[in-house]
Amino acid sequence: MEELTGAQMVMESLVREGTEHIFGLPGGANLPLYDQLPHYHPRVRHYLVKHEQAAAHAADAYARVSGKVGVCFATSGPGATNIVTGIANAWMDSVPMVCVTGQVITALLGRDGFQEADITGISIPITKHSYLVLDAAEIPKVMREAFYIASTGRPGPVLVDIPRDILQQKAPFVWPEKVELKGYRPRLYPDKEEVARAAELIAEARRPVILSGHGVIISQAYHEVRELAEKANVPVITTLLGISGFPGTHPLYLGMPGMHGMYWNNIAIQESDLIIGVGMRFDDRVTGRLKDFAPKAKIVHIEIDPAEIGKNVRPAATLQGDARTCLRELNKQVQHVERPDWFARIDELRREHPSITIRETPEVLPQYVIQKLYEATGGDCYVVTGVGQHQMWAAQYWWYDKPNSFVTSGGLGTMGFEVPAAMGVQAAKPGELVWSVCGDGGFLMTMQELATIAEYGWPIKFAIINNNHLGMVRQWQELFYRNNIVATPMQNPDFVKLAEAFGILGLRASRKEEVEPVIQQAIEHAGPVVCDFQVKEDENVFPMVPAGAALDETIDLPAFEDERVGVTA
Amino acid sequence: MNERDSIQKHTIIALVEDRPGVLNRIASKWRQRGFNIESLAVGHSETPGLSRMTFVVDASTDAEQVVKQVDKLIEVVNIRDVSAESMISREMAMVKVRANTSNRSQIIELVNIFNAEMVDVGPDSVIVEITGDEEKIESFIALLADFEVIELVRTGRVAMLRGSEVSHPQEEHEEPERYQGFEPPYSAK
Repeated sequence: MEELTGAQMVMESLVREGTEHIFGLPGGANLPLYDQLPHYHPRVRHYLVKHEQAAAHAADAYARVSGKVGVCFATSGPGATNIVTGIANAWMDSVPMVCVTGQVITALLGRDGFQEADITGISIPITKHSYLVLDAAEIPKVMREAFYIASTGRPGPVLVDIPRDILQQKAPFVWPEKVELKGYRPRLYPDKEEVARAAELIAEARRPVILSGHGVIISQAYHEVRELAEKANVPVITTLLGISGFPGTHPLYLGMPGMHGMYWNNIAIQESDLIIGVGMRFDDRVTGRLKDFAPKAKIVHIEIDPAEIGKNVRPAATLQGDARTCLRELNKQVQHVERPDWFARIDELRREHPSITIRETPEVLPQYVIQKLYEATGGDCYVVTGVGQHQMWAAQYWWYDKPNSFVTSGGLGTMGFEVPAAMGVQAAKPGELVWSVCGDGGFLMTMQELATIAEYGWPIKFAIINNNHLGMVRQWQELFYRNNIVATPMQNPDFVKLAEAFGILGLRASRKEEVEPVIQQAIEHAGPVVCDFQVKEDENVFPMVPAGAALDETIDLPAFEDERVGVTA
Repeated sequence: MNERDSIQKHTIIALVEDRPGVLNRIASKWRQRGFNIESLAVGHSETPGLSRMTFVVDASTDAEQVVKQVDKLIEVVNIRDVSAESMISREMAMVKVRANTSNRSQIIELVNIFNAEMVDVGPDSVIVEITGDEEKIESFIALLADFEVIELVRTGRVAMLRGSEVSHPQEEHEEPERYQGFEPPYSAK
């Protein structure tokens, strides 16, 4: 049998797993891998990032929109520690990713060699599994398992750490036909009795809501969740990561709940008598103060990860399994129930508390920019966001009809995600329009990747919602820290000149009438564009549930422009 | 310790793959989630390549979450909370006690009552070994307090179900579906 080097085996394994895109950055310990890349180009394309964190975020976002496992390469030591944020981000949002890191040679392992970091140890709490490979012959098996673990059950990142001498060691390449993991048996099919009980609960419920989460998107259960909603006549609320898992303009769609969710949703949840949680984990940003969450509601929890069931809420019926499979079973048994009072109540809440109105102001409001973006694109694009105010507005003021078109950092809340994530989305969807809605703070965290974007010619459109502040933090200082504004105002660079320095078109809109033309020009430009939208600096995100408050304590959108809501934390 | 505590403590047994780093992963879960572990015992099981561990979590810990979180680890083949089940649990302790010719016989008497064993006799000390459930060991140690205890070492608890039932039955398993790329997006309209 022909013997291959460890590095060749990694590449052969990637080919067998269908990997087409790798994001990475070379260094001493992973050079043997890079030595192999030309032999596999263009079947496997490598994109050179400028910082390893970007490689991980790009692979993460690539996985989210393609449904395939994202792959990133980094070298040992600082290369590996630089991807830690990206791994943690994928971990929190259940994204399938395989990270291959170089490691110092086995003779130096554990001896504090140059650029040694115990990345296997460091990454334990933020990976689904990790491997340190000490024999090249194991590489095919390890890679096969890594992809299998990453992409099945509740997906997540897997790290494969390979010392440089193992990448150079020769061994026979044996591709395992099957993966055999005694301790890994994700359950896919729900119990029949639980399905029947859930259907019964839904039929009895007079005020039910569906809370649709990321699991719906991951398992591609768009049809199924819609069928459930329509068949059982139940309104749908999507979590932040669940956005674009249900059509945004559907009459049964209510938007997002929780900390910056729609007022009517938070009240509806508190008044509901049944919550059908699908592929979501009752996170604190959704539930508010947990002990006062939905006091009247029974819960049907559809969830693949057994550890999430009963963690935050006690379900009355539990469908443990793949969201799509569970919904298909459930949909067979649900009945249509008229619920006129419930829908009337929700309509009343929506009328009385229009949480997303945009005021007439002389300045450019950030919400106004989002609205114009939505109008200009008709929603037919991918929206990538970072974390903070701009993220919430992009979630609130957009109606996502295109399935899986909203890519954001949810669980970890990683500022700076927006720039490299847009690269991953554009690499996965070459012909599609990608808008990256950025905060000025987050953009500056990862904007070195503009060089990468220029190099590969990805026509990403960046909309910097520039308020010269770390806006969300400023909002908290205003509301909960006596308006003591500390370390949140920023002296920003000239984003237009910055873009031009990277060879990218830069545009600016500082007045309202400039917003639409800038958006239009950006869309019409064939290459990447950075748009600097200079918005009102002290605009706050509402509605808002203060941290630690219950959902019925939601502060609604203030009625007047200069009204400031006094809140005590 | 009183009886109530011993009821509220949870005894959890797990079958894990015998690989480097497994304990690190399990300990990482305990630490991150704030699970309070009272004791841990690990050793080979009847199957080569698999170790069986027994650990005890204190009453303040959500045992269901301990089981579920640890079960998520790939190398954990099976895990089970056996506290409420009919089981045998044992610990072992060795106690080094200051002893001379004048009080040695009193210690021997105690050792006999408890079915313990004197495993080392020196000129001014003895080492006593005792095996039993936690309560027995606790009361033995309490009685030894009348003498001068120089050193005490205890193993963690090991536990096994009574009767012929297997603690960790092998489960039937169906292959999970793999997501090899999403289907072309369907139109919402």
